[in-house]
Amino acid sequence: MSAEEVYEKKILDRFSDALIAFIVKIITLFKKDWAKKNKSRIDEWRLMLYALNRSPIGIAGLVLGLGFVIIGIIGPWIAPHSYDFSYIMATGKFKEYYLAPPGTGGALLGTDDLGRDLLSLLLYGARVSLMATVLVLPIGITIGIIIGLLAGYYGGAVDEILMRLTDVFLAFPGLILALAFSSALTQRIALAIAHSQFLTSLISSLFGVKPVDALNVAPVLSIIVALWIVWWPGYARMTRGLTLQEKNNVYVEASKALGLSSPAIMFRHILPNILGPIIVMMTLDIGGVILTEAGLSFLMGAMVKIPDWGAIVQAGSQYLVQGKWWLVIFPGLAILISVLGWNLFGDSLRDILDPRTRRSIEFKIKKKKKMEEGEEQ
Amino acid sequence: MSSPQFREPLIEVKDLYVYFYTYAGVVKAIEDMTFTIYKGEKFCMVGETGCGKSVTSRALANIVPSPGRIVKGKVIYYRDGKPINILELSEEQLREIRGKEIAYIVQDPSSALDPLYTIGYQIVETMIDHYTVKDWKEGYKRAVELLREVLMPDPEQRIKNYPHELSGGQRQRAVISIGLSNMPRLLIADEPTSSLDVTVQAQLLELLRRLVREHGLTLFLITHDMGVVAEMCDRVAVLYAGNIVELAPVDEIFKNPKHPYTMGLLRAVPNPQADIEKLEPIPGTIPNLIYPPPGCRFHPRCPFARDVCKREKPPLVEVGPGHYVRCWLHAE
Repeated sequence: MSAEEVYEKKILDRFSDALIAFIVKIITLFKKDWAKKNKSRIDEWRLMLYALNRSPIGIAGLVLGLGFVIIGIIGPWIAPHSYDFSYIMATGKFKEYYLAPPGTGGALLGTDDLGRDLLSLLLYGARVSLMATVLVLPIGITIGIIIGLLAGYYGGAVDEILMRLTDVFLAFPGLILALAFSSALTQRIALAIAHSQFLTSLISSLFGVKPVDALNVAPVLSIIVALWIVWWPGYARMTRGLTLQEKNNVYVEASKALGLSSPAIMFRHILPNILGPIIVMMTLDIGGVILTEAGLSFLMGAMVKIPDWGAIVQAGSQYLVQGKWWLVIFPGLAILISVLGWNLFGDSLRDILDPRTRRSIEFKIKKKKKMEEGEEQ
Repeated sequence: MSSPQFREPLIEVKDLYVYFYTYAGVVKAIEDMTFTIYKGEKFCMVGETGCGKSVTSRALANIVPSPGRIVKGKVIYYRDGKPINILELSEEQLREIRGKEIAYIVQDPSSALDPLYTIGYQIVETMIDHYTVKDWKEGYKRAVELLREVLMPDPEQRIKNYPHELSGGQRQRAVISIGLSNMPRLLIADEPTSSLDVTVQAQLLELLRRLVREHGLTLFLITHDMGVVAEMCDRVAVLYAGNIVELAPVDEIFKNPKHPYTMGLLRAVPNPQADIEKLEPIPGTIPNLIYPPPGCRFHPRCPFARDVCKREKPPLVEVGPGHYVRCWLHAE
């Protein structure tokens, strides 16, 4: 039974159908008979999206999360001014633009103490946050997955050593460990950037800053490196647990009996089977990374000289008592919205990726449709 | 020691001890296990749940699951006439034997296949890993042939199916064809039919028999079903609590059982030929293998138990041509 027959469609379903049709079309450009061979897989995708479409919270989360990603990508280009543009320097009107409230003469969200446009700073800051998540998660997760797989699969002494190492990292409060690492690493990273033309241009294009300011990205980069170090233990633990569970399945033993090598069993058979929960945790962690990165740059404060949400809040917090609320509230809102979005999406993704809960969602939709049909007759 | 046509040994198990080191204590799962499987025969191991059948079969390819450990003993595999001890090989050398020369069909076909890959992929994967085919394309061709050989309906379509899209019998056929994919010399089938319904069972047993005949395979079948034993085997080993209690050609076991346990087993299953009024269960339960009974492990349940049975372990003695029994009744 194909997906279309069973479900009543809403506007979002039409949209998701079109999306999948588009993806399938692109794949068939490269592999001719793919669509025919993978019909059940395509149907499964459809059902997943239908289930997602029935969860308003998930859709809201997806919209917010994707909004964050899109703004993070295009932010530096759509910003009305460059991040180092100052109304004070440009117009010479110090009184008017020093901590100007939202709406003053072109500055939609107000200005900071240097007369910079807060909206532009936030848009540039989105790119920094996005880069932090993009750089932290894949590497942290890869390290965690490899360690967890090795520990869970081999067990015994390997497990003991790797997990005690993980425990050591978990025992430290992550934020403080990261703070220590990042303050120690900043200078070295700055040196490395200063000595390499390539790094300078790469970093300035990745973070959306001018090449002159590439050195000032060093604190953020050190935060990212520090987050690698504190981010993997959670994944290692989880992967190990899932691997232990999955290892009990007969097919793992069967592949061993068939003479497959251990790496093949681990990465070809166990890993794909446990990927679902890891993906969910990753989505939830996108918010976590944004938050931790902002928190660390807040704590490092004045060291961070590029537009970063946490640093903007920190710089603005000293004017809060004077009633200049916008420097804290707007970046705070930006952090809140992007973190909330990914968390909401992650939550409903968990329901969708877990076959049991998804079936129950699908079942509800089907039942509804049948009842409606019955009424018509 | 067996019927004359099977003279050349393929695998010899000598003095095998397998213990499981659990938190509750050391489970002495297998003790003093010695038997030989000859080339081309259908060897059967029968016994109750937990008597060590599956562990024995896993020891043959050295894949005893943790916390089990092979404490001592030898598993000698004759590779082109050259004896090699499987328990002494490195992991790499073992991988070459597993799946290629000694293949495995596991008990539960519903969990023996990775749910994320098509069965075609899983058949080809083993062949690719053992270099028996050049590339995936050739592999898929072979896979279709194999599936046709195990009488899978419509094999060209089935190789594109995922395990959940197949029925239990079809899955077991897929598992068998994975086992056959590298044309092994020894096929170990661990209760291959126990989770299937009776008609499918009969078909699969017939299939296994045909494969043995046509490809010159050697079959090591593990079962708890005396009917399957009678149907399939040339020689039978009866296991009780980790010991072989009787080892004989299949006719001997059914016509002339010597060990009290074997006799009990035969009285506990319906036999259309013998006119038994009532099926008799064997009294008592299987012993705790952490603290196995001293002497003969069967003596607490044995109607013929004597003093010597409680003190000393009986040796395995030959009572007829190829007929071995471990019992004090026949040891003197």
